Amino acid sequence: MTTGFELDGNAMAGDLREIFAVDLTEAVATCAGCGRPSAVAALLVWGPAPGLVARCPGCEDVVLRLVRAPGRAWLDVRGAVSLRIALPEESVAEGPA
Amino acid sequence: MTEARWETPSARTLVLDVPQWPGHLPGQHIDVRLTAPDGYSAQRSYSIASAWRDGGTVELTIQRVADGEVSSYLTDVLEPGQQLELRGPVGGWFVWRGAPAPVLLVAGGSGVVPLMAMIRARGDARGRQPFRLIYSVRAPQDTLYATELARRVRDDPGLDVHLAYTRKTPDDWLEPPGRIGVATLNTHGWPPDFAPDVFVCGPTSFVEATADILVALGHDASRIRTERFGGTA
Repeated sequence: MTTGFELDGNAMAGDLREIFAVDLTEAVATCAGCGRPSAVAALLVWGPAPGLVARCPGCEDVVLRLVRAPGRAWLDVRGAVSLRIALPEESVAEGPA
Repeated sequence: MTEARWETPSARTLVLDVPQWPGHLPGQHIDVRLTAPDGYSAQRSYSIASAWRDGGTVELTIQRVADGEVSSYLTDVLEPGQQLELRGPVGGWFVWRGAPAPVLLVAGGSGVVPLMAMIRARGDARGRQPFRLIYSVRAPQDTLYATELARRVRDDPGLDVHLAYTRKTPDDWLEPPGRIGVATLNTHGWPPDFAPDVFVCGPTSFVEATADILVALGHDASRIRTERFGGTA
């Protein structure tokens, strides 16, 4: 059992928002280790910045890793099978009546 | 920063006037970055304490943490008139969007800050959602927003606040000091049948213990949103 983490994915919101066009902390990441879906905000995060490691709250496998440096960022997502990102419903264009 | 006020001997609220601030939702954060003359920089994420009003200010309440290189600068060094490097608002998960469901807020220490933003937003909007706050705090003098919470319990219909002291209680208090447990959450929270939206914020161990109890009491885990903060923020 790994202990000693201090934060959760809520604290990654700012760095992820610089990379993605949407708020990624609301996205649901499915853990490649155990298959458990979790909001990115609910992942357990070890720091300190600029290198953050986000682990699954179920099995503690690494789901995301984010390293921020001046002018660039590395995002390692190999611990996630998928990221489900909610998008606003597209308004269906109405044809001529 | 336009102004600052002490909430307790170790927690200070910073009032920020942020140009072109787009507004924020209760529960969102700001990232603060401090950079030393030699280029060393440190960044921390802080919950916003205030509810947004057009043209208004943004408030952060910072709890001084022993060895906290950022928090101690913000509580003890930064003066009104000085500038801060900010990024935000960020975060969209630990956010109350004004849904009609009853709400249970559970705070450990300075974890009350984002929950206070929710209480303030509901109060400003004259919201009717039933709100309950269970606030675990070490001792009476450590209670953030004590005066405002007492006023809002009187003036904001449907808001209840229960304080749970872990080390020292007021003199006339009936309960002995102790950590939040099953009895506190059962007595002062909402029954699971009410399907409340639950927000829990505090140190990691507090959040884990509280969320486990709520699930054991029958609350739907998918309605429980948590935010953990570290000891060095």
